[in-house]
Amino acid sequence: MLEIKNLHVKLEEEDKEILKGVDLTIEAGKVHAIMGPNGSGKSTLSYVLSGRDGYEVTEGSATLEGEELLELEPEERAALGMFLAFQYPVEIPGVGNMTFLRTAVNAQRKARGEEELSAAEFLKVVRAKAKTLKIDAEMLKRPVNVGFSGGEKKRNEILQMAMLEPKMCILDETDSGLDVDAMKLVSEGVNALRDAGRGFLVITHYQRLLDHIKPDVVHIMADGRIVKSGGPELALEVEHNGYADILAEVA
Amino acid sequence: MALAQVKQNATEARLDSMTLPEGGCLKAARAAALSRVQTMGLPTRRDEYWKYTRPDTLVQPGAPKASLFKTDESMMFSGVSRLKIVFVDGVFDPEQSDDLEMEGVRIDRLEDICCKDIHWAKDVYGVLEARGQTPVERPLAALNTAFAEDGVAIHVFGKPSKPISLIYQHSDENSDAMLHNVVRVETGAEATILENGPAASRFNKCMEMDIADGGVLHHVRAQGRDHERRAATYMFARLGKESVYKSFTLTVNGVLTRNEQVVELTGDDAVAHVAGACVGDGDFHHDDTVFITHDAVNCESRQVFKKVLRNGATGVFQGKILVKEGAQKTDGYQISQSLLLDDDSQFLAKPELEIYADDVACSHGSTSGAIDETALYYLRSRGVPVDEATALLTLAFLAEAVEEIEDDGLAEGIVSRLEGWLARRR
Repeated sequence: MLEIKNLHVKLEEEDKEILKGVDLTIEAGKVHAIMGPNGSGKSTLSYVLSGRDGYEVTEGSATLEGEELLELEPEERAALGMFLAFQYPVEIPGVGNMTFLRTAVNAQRKARGEEELSAAEFLKVVRAKAKTLKIDAEMLKRPVNVGFSGGEKKRNEILQMAMLEPKMCILDETDSGLDVDAMKLVSEGVNALRDAGRGFLVITHYQRLLDHIKPDVVHIMADGRIVKSGGPELALEVEHNGYADILAEVA
Repeated sequence: MALAQVKQNATEARLDSMTLPEGGCLKAARAAALSRVQTMGLPTRRDEYWKYTRPDTLVQPGAPKASLFKTDESMMFSGVSRLKIVFVDGVFDPEQSDDLEMEGVRIDRLEDICCKDIHWAKDVYGVLEARGQTPVERPLAALNTAFAEDGVAIHVFGKPSKPISLIYQHSDENSDAMLHNVVRVETGAEATILENGPAASRFNKCMEMDIADGGVLHHVRAQGRDHERRAATYMFARLGKESVYKSFTLTVNGVLTRNEQVVELTGDDAVAHVAGACVGDGDFHHDDTVFITHDAVNCESRQVFKKVLRNGATGVFQGKILVKEGAQKTDGYQISQSLLLDDDSQFLAKPELEIYADDVACSHGSTSGAIDETALYYLRSRGVPVDEATALLTLAFLAEAVEEIEDDGLAEGIVSRLEGWLARRR
């Protein structure tokens, strides 16, 4: 599904290398988790894959189902099936949530040569999916993320994911700012989307999210590289002992 | 004090090129207006309120040529049930206009108000304009009072079922039009006035609106987008107790537009909202000059102006709230914002507050900025192409001004016109 090879990235503005040779392969149907200390490059990896400005790829490649991603515009990557659930979802005053969702869904359908959804069809689908995430009609009407609580913003991210049905989902610290109930709701939303054709990359600091979204593979990232990979037990190790032992071991 | 020589010469040149209409019952009003023009002189670049907008093409004798804009897009408000009053290059066209009869309102042509002995109109014509000359001079409005030959007198005494729609068509590349409309809204009466169209190559329009206690007047205007047209428009409103005046203007292109709004809140608990959205490209120059005077207790005023500028377009906002002594409990709000789509465009804002009462709440703000890059990335990451995402964010920026229109149908018409403009520029 997603194949990242020897990815080196630096900030455009300053001569500072953030990713120093990331290798990562995520198979369809699998959930991979990335953990790691602050500043290790986790969020940068998610931004670079989704096409945010301000980063320069100096070496390496990233492909989604064989298509090179790094040369593409963000919207082209999205149409191919890439999705990033933001750590800090962006507020957009003046744009209704519903308008935003419909514009996004239809733009992707159009880019893939599929027919656009009519307003009625769209409404039916969005209402059903919103209900399972406990997103009410009021939240759908309000401007995108404006005045939403932390939990509402993250639920709204998952709703977008559910509507867009991407192939590759990256969740960047989706658990940050969530209470226990909200985390459960969000995790259920994510789990409902797990299927054989879809890959997940879950970036998190904490094991607790991985109790709800059970990963197949856990990676530890440090200083711009993946330094260790293993099964779910690796996350438990981090939870108990912190990163120090692992980092010492690979140093 | 004698006028500066440059001003004197420009004023004389313009006045020499024009003929004062016979006037009838308006003769005295016209003569007084002419003498105001002669005293003030027509504007030059050196005048305080013309610092950001060059008045020379509005002042010079004869209109600069403006070619006609051909489009398949339907006329603004064409889907709205309304009473149509059509002017072509500033001349009333009975063929295209509806019958002027409607319940709750009486509409007459300006030239008829003398023979039909319409007293209220004589008490408004030139009167509100003259009041609006202090403390800031508006000589082009006085010029209009003196020389405008056509226009309508709208007397609202009930609640007419349809909006009164003034349509200004442009058919001659050299047309130089002046229109003067007077409106009186009686106690408890309510009406909506629509205006649209490019009007002429050069258009000078004056509208005086006297709103009695408890009267309500809605005004929604779409200024035509013939690229080379020029316009100076003046809206003078006087509000009585508990009356309401809500005005919204959409401007889409046009090489030069100066829209002045002069509002006087003279009765307690009156409400005035003036708003505007404009989108401009290239040599577009758009100027909103607003002056709101609070001269009564517990009145509310709102100014909401948004401008989207690209390819070197210029936007100007000069907005003032004057709170007179004794106008306690005033609630005044003013916001002017521009969205600059490139580095070549500019927005010049001059917000002013002058307050002589001690128990008031007045706020003002002005911003200038580019498209929010983070929001743009967010939209694109969801698959929305960059042009479409930019258009969506641009409409979102303008939304606060468009939301000032109370009627949803009219607001939707404005939004779809803006969408058209954005779509053509992708």
